[in-house]
Amino acid sequence: MELAFVIEKFVLITVIFLISLTVAAYSTLAERKVAGYLQDRVGPNRAGWGGMFQPLADGLKMFMKEEIIPTDSNRFLFIAGPSLALLTALIGSAVIPWAPDIVFGDLTIQVQVADINVGVLYIFGIVSLGVYGLMIGGWASNNKFSLMGAVRAASQSISYEIPMGLSLIALLLVTNTLSLREIVGQQHGGNWNILYQPLGFILFLVCSFAETNRTPFDLPECETELVGGYHTEYSGFKMGAFMFAEYLNMFVASAVMSTLYFGGYNYPGMDWVAGMVGPVVAPLIAMAVLLAKIFAFIFFFMWVRWTIPRFRYDQLMNLGWKVLIPLAIANIVITGVVITVYDKL
Amino acid sequence: MESLSNRKKVLEQKPMNFWERMYLPAIFQGMAITFKHMFKKKETIFYPEVEREFSENWRGMHSLKRDEQGRERCTACGLCALSCPAEAITMIAAERQKGEEHLYREEKYAAVYEINMLRCIFCGLCEEACPKEAIYLDGPIVPSDYLRKDFIYGKDKLVEDPMQMDSPAVK
Repeated sequence: MELAFVIEKFVLITVIFLISLTVAAYSTLAERKVAGYLQDRVGPNRAGWGGMFQPLADGLKMFMKEEIIPTDSNRFLFIAGPSLALLTALIGSAVIPWAPDIVFGDLTIQVQVADINVGVLYIFGIVSLGVYGLMIGGWASNNKFSLMGAVRAASQSISYEIPMGLSLIALLLVTNTLSLREIVGQQHGGNWNILYQPLGFILFLVCSFAETNRTPFDLPECETELVGGYHTEYSGFKMGAFMFAEYLNMFVASAVMSTLYFGGYNYPGMDWVAGMVGPVVAPLIAMAVLLAKIFAFIFFFMWVRWTIPRFRYDQLMNLGWKVLIPLAIANIVITGVVITVYDKL
Repeated sequence: MESLSNRKKVLEQKPMNFWERMYLPAIFQGMAITFKHMFKKKETIFYPEVEREFSENWRGMHSLKRDEQGRERCTACGLCALSCPAEAITMIAAERQKGEEHLYREEKYAAVYEINMLRCIFCGLCEEACPKEAIYLDGPIVPSDYLRKDFIYGKDKLVEDPMQMDSPAVK
């Protein structure tokens, strides 16, 4: 484990961390602007040109507000809840391949923090851990509404993990590997996985809406139903941490969807561009393409939020258990049959 | 039951067909509608660079008017204070002295005239009650401030500026 390796990974982690934080911060601004434009109005446009400095203003506001901890709450868990939510949101971005290898002469840099051979399983595990942040936050608030919100959030999360995992199994049948780097490598040259798994993609999309607690599945945190759900009692930076964790989750979910189904950093004409600009700039262009795909997905998340009304709790459970799981199982069966028939031919 | 005005809309509660039960086509239709709104004209008015036009009956900030010779019309009769439902107007009257004929119309004038803008409900009853056509509610929206005492507007803020008038005698 030589020093160069450690330094390289450290720099990579720092860069990806900063990119995640910046994208999540500007997602807050993008959400308000997109919401405004979809509602025939203009979002925030006073703080800087086009509202550019609004996330800085919001961040400053979150820091400066008074931190209230309820007297009867469990103090350790109260502080641990948002920290855990933020932690699980951030470590999800560690296994995503952000660009093809950058080659500086004889030095090859892998633009992926950890190329483990169970990348998809790791993502799935992180998603499951994300439930803890909500549950702990709701329980530690010593508030019935928060507890109800936390319980609903937890049940929603675990119900929608099952179809998500099943659709990933169908994807696994196609790709034969769990490593995200190899999945993206297989999608080089135009055969993106969405062509092989359209139903699987739709299932994964719906489940990622539910996992990130995003409308139409945002019952745990909506204001009309539950005052504020699991983040009612939070103020100041801890509240900022919960909201930030939601946008980070959205970012990681978009990144995972782009990587698994939409070819990651591959784009048509990639080899021609790599021939033109050389082995240092081409991976950066590919990373920019991946970021563009992620932004498109984030826009899609926001677009759906301001279009569809939210699900009632029993409709949500009904959809998760009685509709999506049978569809996911049918997807696996169909995929298996098609692969077997295709192999025989 | 017989319907009274024949305007009842009869809704058919048919069970949903396959496409409707899938929800996804309807969702995409809705999303297309929302997307079109991104390209429509925005209704936002960029205050304070752009201000919305007021209607003809607009009641804004009060102003105490002057007559054609630039003299203050208000005679401190107190009818506006009497008619104010929120008791926002207070005044102290004074007698016009020898050299002040060009300042005030009649022998009695208001030395101190205060309106508490936080109490005022902008009903316009003071404007209707005034016998001398001295007070009108034709100003802009009352601007915001930080302290309660800064909302008690005295004569310096309420009396119309003589330079704004078109009277030849004033110039």
